[in-house]
Amino acid sequence: MELMDKLTILADAAKYDAACTSSGVDRRGGKGMGSAMAAGCCHSFSADGRCISLLKVLYTNRCIYDCAYCVNRRSNDLPRAAFTPRELAELTIAFYRRNYIEGLFLSSAVWVSPDRTTEEMIAALSLLRGEYGFHGYIHAKAIPGADPALTQRLGQLADRLSVNIELPSEDSLRKLCPDKGKKAILAPMAQIRDGITQARGELVKYRHAPRFAPAGQSTQMIVGATPESDRHILTLTQALYDQYKLKRVFFSAYMPVSDNPLLPARRDFKPPLLREHRLYQADWLLRFYHFRAEELLDETRPNFDTRVDPKCAWALAHMEQFPVEVNRADYETLLRVPGIGVVSAKRILTARRVGPLTFSGLKTLGVVLKRAQYFITCSGKMLEGLRVNPDGVLRHLVALEQPALAGHEPEQLSLF
Amino acid sequence: MDWPRFAYEYDGSFAGFLTCVFEAYARKEEPACFLTHQDGRVTLWPARAVDTDDQKARRVYRSLDRSMGLQAKRLVTYGFLTCLEERELRLWEFLRLGYERGPSVMRDLTDPRVSVLLKAVRHLTNEAHLLKGFTRFSDQGGVLAGEITPKNRALPLLRPHFAARYPGETIILYDRTHREALFCQKGNWAIVPLEQFSLAPPEGGELDWRALWRRFYDTIAIEGRYNPRCRMTHMPKRYWDTMTEFQREEHSPPAPGLATQT
Repeated sequence: MELMDKLTILADAAKYDAACTSSGVDRRGGKGMGSAMAAGCCHSFSADGRCISLLKVLYTNRCIYDCAYCVNRRSNDLPRAAFTPRELAELTIAFYRRNYIEGLFLSSAVWVSPDRTTEEMIAALSLLRGEYGFHGYIHAKAIPGADPALTQRLGQLADRLSVNIELPSEDSLRKLCPDKGKKAILAPMAQIRDGITQARGELVKYRHAPRFAPAGQSTQMIVGATPESDRHILTLTQALYDQYKLKRVFFSAYMPVSDNPLLPARRDFKPPLLREHRLYQADWLLRFYHFRAEELLDETRPNFDTRVDPKCAWALAHMEQFPVEVNRADYETLLRVPGIGVVSAKRILTARRVGPLTFSGLKTLGVVLKRAQYFITCSGKMLEGLRVNPDGVLRHLVALEQPALAGHEPEQLSLF
Repeated sequence: MDWPRFAYEYDGSFAGFLTCVFEAYARKEEPACFLTHQDGRVTLWPARAVDTDDQKARRVYRSLDRSMGLQAKRLVTYGFLTCLEERELRLWEFLRLGYERGPSVMRDLTDPRVSVLLKAVRHLTNEAHLLKGFTRFSDQGGVLAGEITPKNRALPLLRPHFAARYPGETIILYDRTHREALFCQKGNWAIVPLEQFSLAPPEGGELDWRALWRRFYDTIAIEGRYNPRCRMTHMPKRYWDTMTEFQREEHSPPAPGLATQT
């Protein structure tokens, strides 16, 4: 089989993986080729608006499992292929030299056994890191069920490891992929977490201690294939951040790829892109805005309001905490104002040391007022000519979101 | 202060600009505008021609650090690379303010003299960050060559990145907008003005790799999520011209089947 055909089959099989980030590790070039920057770097954006940062391929799409939601399931009639380690290494190096990519994202279907699959991946990555002297970014998928020693070796070659949690509850997992269990997925996650902690500890003591997944681990789950609520998903996400120290949790709106009666019917199914977008917004609130999942959703409201973003929805339900005085509020309070993000909040802190801020001053700083104006005062005054009652604010905020949501246009956040 | 106003004429280099600053303070003159030898603008202000003097420029450059801090020094150096209109005049106004106020000038984000520069520099650094990803190289006889068309002069910001990324390679990166080229080889580098530059047509293996990349680019998108507006937000169309995935080879022979052992 020619390389062109292999690439087509194995990129097509990998495209439903949401993560394509190259962030979390800074590395200047060494003797061979390549470097990495902590902020990550997008090299292109595909027609669906998602970032292309890494060469995202499967090592092989030959699979022994039969998970209902997956394109690569055993029972699906598809052309199958597998790379050889040398093909993959040469492809990566050639793309990397021309600045097409930031590195490699290597995942794989489970071929023969989890151990055998992991061994093949290790062979490919060793060749790339060793013989080709590649120092660029590598994101590798750990295969649940593989021997811990093999996962350990994989983590020494890769910058980031991930294990996909696939579905948000054990119940759905049992129904849709009978071959995988919750335990099999969580075991390597815990192993990777402990490996990272240990490697960080050793690095403090010995400068040349081997690195283990220095850019951390991530995971992804499919949204909309099974009946879990947003609250369930967000609580799970928070638990993953707290207990498994994940860097990122990715959500992937379910794309109909099968006629299995347990899944939503393929006909007329629209992937829940807006829901995915709201979940990402909430994920940001957890990671950068000091929010907790319990604050955003509870039993009475298990799902996000699709009309406004989660932060606006939270603020509207807690009007007693507003308005906030821009010249006196602390950083955490500023972060909770709709329309003020991390950058704006920091600029406000810096600028108000020089003198009191006014609304026009805020505009000069680059703070966008179209949402924030309803929730702040400058030196005790609200924006002139603005009248606020909760219904009116909701109406205005919904109207602001409208253009982005008009005509069911898929709205989507980039994933870096 | 009522210093007499002059039109300052210099050679367009950063050292030249710093010499202007030196002269303006030494003569107690207020530059009303800055002209370079090339641009044919006519002015009614009395002209003051300034010859670049490395000694004087160095004295001004060193003073930035001491009198207004590292951040301000970075703002001035980067500010000179931006495409801000009348950037020399904006920089001059900032410098006047900075010498008067000291390092605290960098906190006064609402002052228009500061904010206009900060905004321009953000534009420059954002563009440079995007170009770290969007630049495309071709292998031309072992040399990596590429072209970009940035609005700001991004080459000095791209240089350390690409030098670290390709330590063993020879790189040529041409900035079409400002007619400058970056040359990099084994830790040595130079950015020089270059009027004419064109890439040789690709051949052999280069064509195959390009075809493979295009195929990957087309395959990786999910049809059910097609969203061209989102793509344009993240990757404005002005970058597409120089990107391999949007180019189609003209009058090239059909790419032969790629042998697996290249």
